Amino acid sequence: MVLRLNLSKLWRHVVVIVIGTIMIYPVLWMISSSFKPNAEIFSDMGLWPDSFTLSNYVNGWRGIQGYSFGHFLINSFIIAALAVIGNVISCSLAAFAFARLNFTGQKFWFSMMLMTLMLPFQVTLIPQYILFHTFGWVNTFLPLVVPKFFALDAFFVLLMVQFIRGLPMELDESARIDGCGSWQIYSRIIMPLCVPAVITTSIFTFYWTWDDFFGQMIYLNSPKLFTVMIGLRSLIDSTSTSNWGSLMAMSTVAVAPVIVIFLIFQRYIVEGISTTGLK
Amino acid sequence: MDSVTGVATQTIVKPKRRRALKRNLTGYLFLLPWLIGFFCMAIGPILASLYLSFTNYNMLKAPAWIGMQNFTEMFTGDATFTHSLKLTFQYVFLSVPLRLVFALAVAIILNKGLKLLGLYRTVYYIPSLLGGSVAIAVVWKKIFSGDGLFNRFLEIFHINAPDWVANPSYIIYSIVALSVWQFGSSMVIFLAGLKQIPGEIYEAAAVDGVSRTRQFLRITLPLLSPVILFNLVMNMISSFQVFTSGYIIGDGHGGPIDSTMFYSLYLYLKGFSYFNMGYASAMAWVMLVIIGIFTAIVFASSKYWVYYGDGKDERS
Repeated sequence: MVLRLNLSKLWRHVVVIVIGTIMIYPVLWMISSSFKPNAEIFSDMGLWPDSFTLSNYVNGWRGIQGYSFGHFLINSFIIAALAVIGNVISCSLAAFAFARLNFTGQKFWFSMMLMTLMLPFQVTLIPQYILFHTFGWVNTFLPLVVPKFFALDAFFVLLMVQFIRGLPMELDESARIDGCGSWQIYSRIIMPLCVPAVITTSIFTFYWTWDDFFGQMIYLNSPKLFTVMIGLRSLIDSTSTSNWGSLMAMSTVAVAPVIVIFLIFQRYIVEGISTTGLK
Repeated sequence: MDSVTGVATQTIVKPKRRRALKRNLTGYLFLLPWLIGFFCMAIGPILASLYLSFTNYNMLKAPAWIGMQNFTEMFTGDATFTHSLKLTFQYVFLSVPLRLVFALAVAIILNKGLKLLGLYRTVYYIPSLLGGSVAIAVVWKKIFSGDGLFNRFLEIFHINAPDWVANPSYIIYSIVALSVWQFGSSMVIFLAGLKQIPGEIYEAAAVDGVSRTRQFLRITLPLLSPVILFNLVMNMISSFQVFTSGYIIGDGHGGPIDSTMFYSLYLYLKGFSYFNMGYASAMAWVMLVIIGIFTAIVFASSKYWVYYGDGKDERS
């Protein structure tokens, strides 16, 4: 460390570290509690387990009604993966149309898209449910996945529009001179250059789908289709209150993919929020 | 780009029209998935829920038109509705300002060029990433329970605290705390905004002997005000819709004693437990109007406090 730390700088470090510890402590405590016997979770504030046990994971993993947490994890991954594919394809198509093409009514549709950006989901909730109900889609993954193929997450359309607008127009022009059509410009030129925006879209779609509780709770009723979050919710009901250990263990399992993805793609995430937040 | 083709096509009318047609066709083909989604899953349902809000509908029989009855019931005969509205306002007015103040304060400290900025930013951001999930709400419920981590921590200072989760008068504070804990995403946006303020302004101010406090009030706040506006609107809209935290930390039915009966939860219970879809739709529209009004108020007020760098602002 630098020897000549001036006092205000030191003070700032102290503040940042203290708040940071408070911020991260609940997460660390959750992880450590998942390795503690039940009695110790209640008596011990510290992070290091006195007696280390894996039984919380073994108990929690059993899941509910014969379906293990592994099963719920697979369900969550299936839904999230399909949602990511849907959002990347549909949002990039719409974004390309808004950012690069030129057609009658473009501005109008763009403002409509911006309007949906701030719409609370409750306003569409009930008619959507009725619609999917008449399709016979309730208690399947379809209501959670199909909307993603129709670019309904306006946030990502906007993110990609901004990214594509930042790419030099000369690329398109020279491609057109070389005889490329719009589809080729989209698939061969714009999309390969959009990789950062695609990664940001994928990560956030994954997070939102993974953490989604409301939609999954409404549409998934049978334990066979349960996701991690719904499984966790059912675990609260089915376990006695004294069995917090397995809840902590399965909560840790539930957030693990989120943390791992964050640590790998940190740069894209932080840039994604900063840029979309500002422009 | 269009000027070259424009001159050429002025004389030849037919190819121009054909080209315009082809251009429109391409545009709408690319836009097709979004258009279908917009009509079938956004604007269509919005209008449908407006219609349903004037009906009595339980999904078994066809919707029966009852005029304004859902709305009059809401505001005159439904104490739970009024309560849920009040509770949600309380949540919004507590959590949004606290969250923004924390986000701004920490962003300003971090922006002073600390070493390990990346690490700190990560630590502060992780809660926003996890905070919305059921998993963290479960952990939160444990931490703020009577014998939980938080009260054990207070015991060190000999503070005798209540059960923050079982006690109906205090549970909202543990839910607000969970929201404030997630200030990281707003903080990252503030940090990006702070980076755009040129350092020379501060240097010039320091040369002129302007104090730190005045620098903050007269330079940082005005130049950051568009970002504050953005964060305020976004946080407000999402806070009005609070659901998961209350559902998990409470008992999922609004309890204990309706202390977690937030607006979204009551709407959900009306629609999906009592299958009163008409009433739930009416509630959704009331929510849309409330959020709309508040957003409009914030935007209208913004001309008095948001500085867009056009040189017209005279207050600073």
